[in-house]
Amino acid sequence: MAADAVAARTRLPLPAAIALGIGAAIMLAPLLWTLALSFKSNAALVGNSGAALSPPWTLENYGAIMGNGQTLRWLLNSLIVSAGTTLGVLILTSLAGYGFARLEFRGRRLLFLFVLMGLAIPGQAVILSQHQLFAWANLHNSYPGLILPGLTTSFGVFFMTQYMRAIPRELDEAALLDGASHWRIFTRIILPLTVPAQSTLAVFTFLGSWNDYWWPLISATRSDMYTLTVGLAAAQMNYAQTSGLGFLMAQAVFASLPIFIVYLIFQKQIIAAMAGTALK
Amino acid sequence: MSGLRSVRRDPGLAFVGPFLLIYCAVLILPTLHGMWLSLHIVDIWGDGRFAGLANYGRLLADPVFGQSLINTFVVTLMVVPILTAIALALALALNRASRGAAVLRGIFFSSAVLSVTIVTLIWRFILAPDAGLLGEAAQALGAEPLPFLSSPSLALWALAITTIWWSIGLPMLLFLAGLQQVPADLYEAAALDRASRWRTFASITVPSLKRTTILVVMLQTAAQLQLFGQAQLLTAGGPSGASRTVVLFMNEVAFGRWELGYAQAAAEVLFAIILVVTLTQYWLTGRAGEGDGGR
Repeated sequence: MAADAVAARTRLPLPAAIALGIGAAIMLAPLLWTLALSFKSNAALVGNSGAALSPPWTLENYGAIMGNGQTLRWLLNSLIVSAGTTLGVLILTSLAGYGFARLEFRGRRLLFLFVLMGLAIPGQAVILSQHQLFAWANLHNSYPGLILPGLTTSFGVFFMTQYMRAIPRELDEAALLDGASHWRIFTRIILPLTVPAQSTLAVFTFLGSWNDYWWPLISATRSDMYTLTVGLAAAQMNYAQTSGLGFLMAQAVFASLPIFIVYLIFQKQIIAAMAGTALK
Repeated sequence: MSGLRSVRRDPGLAFVGPFLLIYCAVLILPTLHGMWLSLHIVDIWGDGRFAGLANYGRLLADPVFGQSLINTFVVTLMVVPILTAIALALALALNRASRGAAVLRGIFFSSAVLSVTIVTLIWRFILAPDAGLLGEAAQALGAEPLPFLSSPSLALWALAITTIWWSIGLPMLLFLAGLQQVPADLYEAAALDRASRWRTFASITVPSLKRTTILVVMLQTAAQLQLFGQAQLLTAGGPSGASRTVVLFMNEVAFGRWELGYAQAAAEVLFAIILVVTLTQYWLTGRAGEGDGGR
């Protein structure tokens, strides 16, 4: 906030303002172009995607999506997987956070260190083994198979532990003296106080899960178990250059719409949360 | 059943237990199993046979892996400095309370919420030389469109441009958050001393952003070393392997040829490289923290 006040006093020099404008146009033009293409009939686009910016426009591509059970099925899969992952992460990390932050038990420090070790393991290092393991457990092409790898978030545990550590001790000590159980303290006192942290973690997790590509690509091999990301990638590879371009772009807009609406509504919070947590 | 008894006596274990169970089963076990797997020659399913370091020896001699490693380094070197510079410039320009700045922050972050599938879908049709947006623009200006996706020397730039457009949001936010942490009294003191804008920037802003810069560079380096979706969906690694990254190599070897042990050896090499990057970051931020008294 402090730097804001200082910066606001000086006005942006004209060359910088022009550069910013050009940059913003470069950011927006691809999105607007995609939107324009999605409202053009496929016939009009064959060999001439430049036609996108002039009428006639049509809703036929969106109509085709509604008549296409597959795309709707992928949307449902994405919703189930992302919501399941988010819910699972919130439950597991807040339980673990309470244990690590507010309870004393043997091996606590060592176990916490053990969890932090996970921060250094990139997904790429374990994905082939996970694939073998899940094949052995017969979990591919199933919702648990798509959700489970997303639940092992060391960052989430670290984040919740830090947050719960900052809650004053007096709050639960009084309840403990009154004979309340840890479960009761956790659900009645601590959890309600962590709503801001929960929502931040939820946004991160949902976005990450919704946009995940490699794991669903190799785990969901049946097209009825594809997520939107994978289904769209498959459609993208199947289409020759421009035939069906309008339909493909309509699918892209359709697939990004839920995320974009969430982004537009929560933009302020998302930006603040991303910036805040990454620097902790 | 002494385990259960100790859980009952130690509620702490009951709370951290569920996470630890999944963590061990889905992350730690595969990590160890992966190291073991990289020492085996595996055909399709099963454990295959123990082969010692044979997979690593084969990687060393495999020109395809060598090229994918070089491609990965090159694309990282293209993306990270440009991304860091643009993100810093954006943060400096947009670190103000005006409504316009807030809208622009939103615009520059908006592409980050898209999935790699959507991003490459959009950019494949922008970069396509004949009917793409860029081609149309070039022709309107009377220039020849650049064959980004079909020229070996430009394919990595296609990946880099797409990646920069996609991922500019987060580093910009990190720099903005870093700027918010600079104590205002430093700027006030500089103003009292009638320090020039450039002087203030060089001796207050730049040193204050040291930790953030290290964080951004290391996070982005680790991310670009794992580049996969863009290479697969935008250029399919081509032409003739010019844009094949290490992870794309892993994917092809594992799920195209089902040589899981060999692909896992490549994964371990990447793991080691990323580990070095991560440890360097801890070491550097630890040292950067000494200078400004930490936070």
